[in-house]
Order: sequence, then C-alpha cells, then structure tokens
Amino acid sequence: MLADVCLAAMWIGLSCYGLFAGADFGGGAWDLLAGRDDRQRRQVEHSIGPVWEANHVWLIFVVVLLWTCFPTVFAAVMSTLYIPLTLAALGIIARGSSFAFRKVTEQPGLRRLFGGLFALSSVFTPFFLGTVAGAVASGRVPLGLAAGDPVTSWTGPSSLLGGVLAVLACAYLAAVYLCADAVREGEPEVAAAFRARALATGVATGVVALAGIWILRADAPLLFAGLTGRALPLVVFSAVAGVAEFPLLWLHRYGIARMVAAAAVVAVLWGWGAAQYPTMLEPDVTVGSSAATDSVLAPVLVVLAVGAVILIPSLWWLYSMFSRPAPGTGTGARTE
Amino acid sequence: MVSNALAVVRPDDLAAARAQMGFSLAWHIVVACLGVGLPLLTVLVEWRGIRTGDRSYRLLARRWARAMGVLFAVGAVSGTILSFEMGLLWPGLMGRFGQVIGLPFAMEGIAFFVEAIFVGIYLYGWDRLPPRRHVLTGVPIVIAGICSAFFVVSANAWMNQPQGFTLRDGHVVDVQPWAAMFNPATPPETIHMILAAIMVACFFTAAVYAVALLRGRRDRYHRIGFALPCAVGAVVTPFQIVAGDYAARFVAQYQPAKLAAIEGVYHTGSHVPLTVGGIAGNGQLDYGVQIPDGLSLLVGSNPDTVITGLDRVPRNLWPPVTGVHLSFDLMVGVGFFLLALGVWFAAARWWRGVPSRVFLVLGAIAGPAAVVALECGWTVTEEGRQPWVVQGVMSVHDAVNPAPGLMVGLWLVLVVYAGLTVAVVHVMRRLARQTPVPTAPQERDVENYPVT
Repeated sequence: MLADVCLAAMWIGLSCYGLFAGADFGGGAWDLLAGRDDRQRRQVEHSIGPVWEANHVWLIFVVVLLWTCFPTVFAAVMSTLYIPLTLAALGIIARGSSFAFRKVTEQPGLRRLFGGLFALSSVFTPFFLGTVAGAVASGRVPLGLAAGDPVTSWTGPSSLLGGVLAVLACAYLAAVYLCADAVREGEPEVAAAFRARALATGVATGVVALAGIWILRADAPLLFAGLTGRALPLVVFSAVAGVAEFPLLWLHRYGIARMVAAAAVVAVLWGWGAAQYPTMLEPDVTVGSSAATDSVLAPVLVVLAVGAVILIPSLWWLYSMFSRPAPGTGTGARTE
Repeated sequence: MVSNALAVVRPDDLAAARAQMGFSLAWHIVVACLGVGLPLLTVLVEWRGIRTGDRSYRLLARRWARAMGVLFAVGAVSGTILSFEMGLLWPGLMGRFGQVIGLPFAMEGIAFFVEAIFVGIYLYGWDRLPPRRHVLTGVPIVIAGICSAFFVVSANAWMNQPQGFTLRDGHVVDVQPWAAMFNPATPPETIHMILAAIMVACFFTAAVYAVALLRGRRDRYHRIGFALPCAVGAVVTPFQIVAGDYAARFVAQYQPAKLAAIEGVYHTGSHVPLTVGGIAGNGQLDYGVQIPDGLSLLVGSNPDTVITGLDRVPRNLWPPVTGVHLSFDLMVGVGFFLLALGVWFAAARWWRGVPSRVFLVLGAIAGPAAVVALECGWTVTEEGRQPWVVQGVMSVHDAVNPAPGLMVGLWLVLVVYAGLTVAVVHVMRRLARQTPVPTAPQERDVENYPVT
C-alpha cells in the first residue's frame, strides 16, 4: 500500500519532469533549428531562463525516490543500462552548463559554441532517457547487477521508439508552450513560427505513436496487452487530446492548447505506468516484491508531504512571477 | 536477490569506477561549497548596499549574484551526475543499502528544490521586487544550501559509521532510517563540512579581489570585495579549528584504523608522538617531525592514552597510509595558515592600516589554499575508509557495477569535465571584469541597480 503511494509520487515527479523539463529540452531543439532567427532564440531563452533550474530538479527527485523506495530495481536499471544513462548524464552536463554560460557570454563565437552545445544536448538527452524507458517497458532489464545485455538491452525497437517519441514530445510541448509566451511578449511573427512547428511536430508525433502500436505489439507484447487493456482509456484520451490540439492551435487558442498538450503527454506516461502495473521489471519483479520496508517508506512519504507544503507555494510564486510581464515594461517592450 | 557472485569484477574497472567517482565528487565539492557560501556573501553585500546606498556594495551584489547563478547551474548538473553515478558505478551499494540512506537524500532533494526555486526568483527578480523583499528572497537560498550540505554529508557520515539496520543472511532487515541518518559521525562531519564550505567561498572570493588590488585597482569597490569575505572567513576559521578537533576525536573513538592512517601510527601503545610530515613505508613513518606524546595528549589529554595502531588491523584492510597522512597534514597546515591570516587581518583593521603587499599576496594564496584544504579533508574522510564503502560492512569491490567497460566511461567523463572546467574558468573570469554586468534578457533594472 505505502509502496503504491511512493510509486505514485515518483510517477508524479516523472510527469512533472516530462512536462517542465520536456518543454526545456524542446526549447533547446527549437534553438537548434532556429537558423538565423535570433528572435526565436531569445524567446526560448526568455521563457526557460528563470525556471529551468527548478524544472531540472524533478529528475533528481525521481532518481532518489527510485533508489530509496525500490533499491533493487534502481540497481538493476542503472547497472544494465549504464551506457544510455551515462550518455544522458553527459548530455545533462553539457546542456545545463552551456545554457548558463551562454547567458553570460557576450562574444559571438563563444555564444554560438555554447548555443550549439545546449541545442544538441537538448536533443540527445531526451533521446537516451527515452531509450531507457523503452528498455524497461519492453522487459529487457532483468533483476540483478548488470544482469542484462549492456548493448541490446537499450537498442531494441521499443527503446528506439521511446527515444524518438521523447524527442518529438519535447519539441511539441515546447512549440505549443512558446506560442502563448510569444503572444504575451508581443511577438506575433515568432508566435506564428512556433504555431507552424507545433502543428508539424503534432503530426509527426501522431504518426510515430501510431507506428509504435505495431512496434510494441511485436516487441513488447506484455506492455501492448496492458496498453490495449487496462490502460486503454488513457491511450484513447491521449489520442483525442492530440487531435483536439489542431483546431485549438488553428484558432490561436494557445492557453487551452498548452493545457491540452500537457494532458496528452501526461496521459502517455500514466498509460505506460497503468499498462505495466504492478510489474516493475519483467517477468516477476513487482511493486510489492521490490519495495523497501514500510519503516523506510512511511518517513519518506512524511518528508514528501512536508516538502510539498514548502515547495508548492514557492513554485507557484516562481511561475506566477515570471508569467507576468516585468513592471514598467508592458507588452511589446522588447520591440521598442 | 542482488548478487554479483556470478559476475567477475576486473581490477581496472574497479579502479576506473573509483577514479570516476572520486574525480566527479572532487570537482562537485568545490562548486557545491561555493554554492553554499557565495549566496551568504551576496545577501550580505546586497543588504549592506540597501542600508548604506553605497554603489560599490550594490555592484558587488550584482556581480556575485551572476557568479552564483553560473555556479549554481554547474553545481546542479555535476550533482545530478553524482546521483546517476551512485547507481551507474555502485549499484551493489545502492541495491542493498539504498533504502537505508535514502531518507537524507530525499530531504536533500527537497532542500535543493527550494534552493533552485529561490535562485530563480533571486536572480531574475531584481526589477520585480522592492529591494528589501528581494534581499529576503536570498535568505532561503542560504538556509536551503546549508540544509543540503547537512543532509548529503549525513549520508556520507552513515558510510563512515553505519547503523540503523540489521544484516540477516545478506539481507537488510529492520531498517531505521532516522537512526541511520543521525549516526555518531553526523554531528562532527556536517559541522566541519558546512564551515569548510563557508571558508572556501570566503577565501576564494577574497583572493579574486586580492589579485585585483595587487594589480593596482585599489578603489573602494575592490577593497570592499576583498575585506568583506576576508572578514567573514576570519570569523569562521577559529570555529573550524575547534570543529576539526571534534571530528578528529570522533575518528579516534570510532574509526581507529582511519586515525592510525591519518597519524601514521603503526604500533599500538601509549605516549604516541604527533608526527608532522613524513613518508610511510616499511611499516614506519620516516622523515617526519615528531612531537613527543603529542597524539596521546591530543586524543585523550593524557600522555598515557593508548592509540590503536595499524598492527591491530589486518594488512588487507589498511587504508593508503601515505596519502591519508599527507592530506591530513596539509589540511591542518592550511587551516592554521588561514587562522594566522585572519588574526593579521583583524589586527590590521584594528590599527586601521592599509593592507600591505605581503598581506595581499597571502590573501591571494588563501583562496586556492582553502580549496586544497577542502580536497585534502575529503581525501582523508574517503580514502581513510578504504577498502570499505560502508565501514566494516561492505567493501568497494562488492559495491561496484560488474558490467564491463567502466574504463570508457571514465575517459568520457574526464574529457567532458576538462571542457567544463575550461568553460567555467573562462566564464567566471569574464564575469569578474565585464562592464556592464551582463543582464538576462528580461532584466530591466538598470535604473534601480548599478551595472557599471
């Protein structure tokens, strides 16, 4: 019972990471593709600047909860999948630091170097994290230390699907998110550019997700059974939300579009969780069999509850402070 | 359950894992210490700036805040890597004991989250908050930073003094996470580390301005930039020496093998001298300066105090004596150097003297020296525990990832960190000089805060 609550808390953390850091990663991807359009790049930097540090902490939160609440699963996943996880970790270093460096660098050459590093690692990092999710979901990580194959465990079709979907979902989230931001900042042309990107990545994500159905049926039959069984409502919800996004974007309803896009992405994550529950690692490692003792889980949950009381108002203050234009500027301030 | 009985750990992979963890921790620890201490200094100068309206203080606040932002970002990513490495390199440790030491890490995660949120508010909120409220948003950063250090170091203290669990047939049962977190090593280790973090930040910042003063930039801005952190560092140092003594007494009581390595004591007995310097080999410490009865007096305030030597420890469980001993001496030496510097500084202030060239040169050395002391202290704690990852319970050999190819990971990490180091140094140097102070795109606070 406590283990299920901890798993749910972990999954909430994972969803927040997917949404907030996902949008950051996507911002980096658009930075890569912005070409010579520095207004787009500025919009990306402007939108993620104050919040990216906080967004990033969700990952640490998930990792720590995994090792505390499900230590043997953590050991198995980290030791078998150490290649993609090391690459993701290096991507996190390159991305986080180069973004901060670019912000304070004035020399054009260095700005381009840091910008390029930031943008490239924004694409690679979610890809490798996606392959890790695919490896676990397709049952290629056995219990034990480095018991799975270090290479084939994460290069299977489901893993590659996971990687590509992660990159696309991030780009999609960011494009939708940036539409509303650009409108608020009085940059209609930038908003139009991101709208076109949101529509394009929406189509691409949908196509890959549809193809994914066949991939999972062949490569991860247990997950497929779960997705078409217990998790079907979430899958259908995600598909409907994805389709509803097109008219919303078309009609410039960016505020609602943002929420619907977030719901579509979160539904996929929870669909995966629901499809696999209660199995943590195939074939027989379950939530119950891998959880830490209640004497550990109970204080962890108390700490999380106390933490939430401190964190939620602080986060709310952070996000609300920076979703308003700065005092004395008003909209269109940056075009003056 | 978890077992690496089947997998064979190659010695070079184990060495690579240790090197990678050691390297990334040694790197992170410097940035993390600056991340704990620099916000304190920044809030102090900003508060002084608001109180006095002095442009120099306000400009210092702007620059230090920028540096703090960059260091926080770098500290966040290098810290994330460490949480990955706990599993990538030491799954044997985490698979078995992850639940025992998870609680302080969960708390650290929350403290770090608070820090990240308020760093965002503080760095980007100059123009959105009235000055007094703005300086208050820096206070949670300081508190959360100190809490983070406490939580993380309490997990490390557990590795030195494990408790709060029972091992039955190789399985961890009866876990008491609070007992694990508040183990006997927690108070001495955490106090010593938090004070060290403040000292490193103070003396490092002061050193930057000492160099500028030596180069002839003797204006009010640079004088304050040197004097304020130097004063805070001078106040903290005596407390650190007391805390260090407390930590050493703890080690003497709970980790006799580590103390024997620290002091190069090979033979158990009373009237043990204190040896400064020296090279270990052939079962004795040569070329050191000996203070008769010194160690027995320090540990037990009595020359008859018996000190356990390495002869009571099986040969295969000896920590690397030479390195641990030299690191300890270096750390203590730097500690007393900083103490003397602080006393000189206080005396110079008392007689209202202008800082002399010699003093400034020593001040410039103090920054790197404090970092050296930090690394040495950390080496003593971690190397002194070898070959255990969890003192007396699990060896590093049983903790390491048995997957092949850890050596490749080590090289990758070395290359990436080398690039990162070059970039950090370059950016920090630019930040120290750049005029006007670079502002983020959404900052429009030139009117309220001087940036030139």
